[in-house]
Amino acid sequence: MFWQKLLFPVVLALVLISSPVQAGEILMMATTTSTDNTGLLDYLAPVFEKDTGITLRWVAVGTGKALQLGRNCDVDILFVHAPAAEKKFVKNGFGTNRQQVMYNDFVIIGPVEDPAGIKGLTPNAALKKIEKKQALFLSRGDNSGTNKKERALWKQALGWVPEKQQWYLQTGQGMLSTINMAAEKKGYTLTDRGTWIKYMAQKGEANQLMIVVEGDSGLFNQYSVITINKDCPKVQTALADRFTRWVTSEKIQQLIKDFRLLGQPLFIPSAK
Amino acid sequence: MTLFTEGFVRALQLLASGDPGVYSAIGATVTVSTWSLAASLVIGVPAGFMLGYCRFPGKRIVRTIVDTLLALPTVFIGLVVYTLLSRSGPLGELNLLFSLSGIAIGQTVLGLPIIIALTASQVETLDQRLYSTLIGLGARPAQVLLATVLEARFGLLAAAVTAYGRILTEVGISMMVGGNIKYHTRTITTAIALETGKGEFITGIALGLVLLAIALVVNGSLSVLKKRWPV
Repeated sequence: MFWQKLLFPVVLALVLISSPVQAGEILMMATTTSTDNTGLLDYLAPVFEKDTGITLRWVAVGTGKALQLGRNCDVDILFVHAPAAEKKFVKNGFGTNRQQVMYNDFVIIGPVEDPAGIKGLTPNAALKKIEKKQALFLSRGDNSGTNKKERALWKQALGWVPEKQQWYLQTGQGMLSTINMAAEKKGYTLTDRGTWIKYMAQKGEANQLMIVVEGDSGLFNQYSVITINKDCPKVQTALADRFTRWVTSEKIQQLIKDFRLLGQPLFIPSAK
Repeated sequence: MTLFTEGFVRALQLLASGDPGVYSAIGATVTVSTWSLAASLVIGVPAGFMLGYCRFPGKRIVRTIVDTLLALPTVFIGLVVYTLLSRSGPLGELNLLFSLSGIAIGQTVLGLPIIIALTASQVETLDQRLYSTLIGLGARPAQVLLATVLEARFGLLAAAVTAYGRILTEVGISMMVGGNIKYHTRTITTAIALETGKGEFITGIALGLVLLAIALVVNGSLSVLKKRWPV
């Protein structure tokens, strides 16, 4: 049939068009929404390209999906924040060379009226009180680093995660979306401090939320990079290791320290 | 000002400022949707012609399948194409994941059933005497196809516009297969999803209006083409 003759050139053309017209090398990264939403990667990527000639491209998803993309060999490097899941990932042979890059902390935010009256409490006491008062709480519900942390905090406070409760809403969306929903619905939520500062910078005077719980050692939020295992076909281990060396270097650690919004640092460098 | 009017002003500002992110998203959207439409047409028109013109066993089943595929959700296409193009999938060798070509493949899957189904209906509704006349004049199959397609050109144009509209506005495939990478695979729709996610509703609305403007330009030029290309 003549249309079969047509099919082949079309598929061929599609493949040819797609053959990369790229100058230089490209490092593919999967990362969490916070490094992207805060603008940190937009700030670092041009410097990386200038220093090494490598273009950095990233897909910003929750940590859970980022780990899955790594497991599928679809990226070269991960930049994520869920230490327990990361260690398991490396232990299972999916990644190597895990290095700490920076940290910030998680905070519980809520309406300025603080309907559950939890301001200044410890995370444990605050969550217990939210449950008792059945105050509205928004969860990312997307298996992201923040969601994993939040579930762990509930388990610590109650011994269980209040998944099926009327007052516990799972948004299934990124951090900034979830903060927006918390503001609209007057609920509490857990966020990393970087995204929270970004939200405040965006909202300005119109902000209806405040930090109610912070400063507990249990709210520490560590970000690390992990190179995807070189057993993956096509994974660019050398480029990934170069990024790791670069991002943990003194110069870039200083750049991360200088990355501020509203005069506040979003991340604190912590490479060893 | 309401969000919408503010969005309109912002749209004009964004376009005037020459923001590289916005222009890159517009470029990606136009490029990838054009590839997808072209591939859908090149594969879909002959296939639709066959479906409408030829008689073969199981024709009704094929027809039902094609019609069902019209309802394919874009996130599902995105998921299937992702699993095919993933480095751990069967086509991983081609390195098409997180590229515009990857998106184009997914969008072609989206556009194909529309082109095939509408072409087939169009061919079926043509004057039956056309075929007998063509055959009588000694036309070869390729010539029959060409003459029929020419005869059905307005219907095909409508099919192309419908498919283009669906391709231009989809977000699931671009997000999953393209990965929403800035300056690379970020299209207008995935940029809207991102900006909305960040709470930048005004920028989101502005981008939506830009997308609408593109659709207007495409449809406008097609209607001019239709006038200049009379029966």
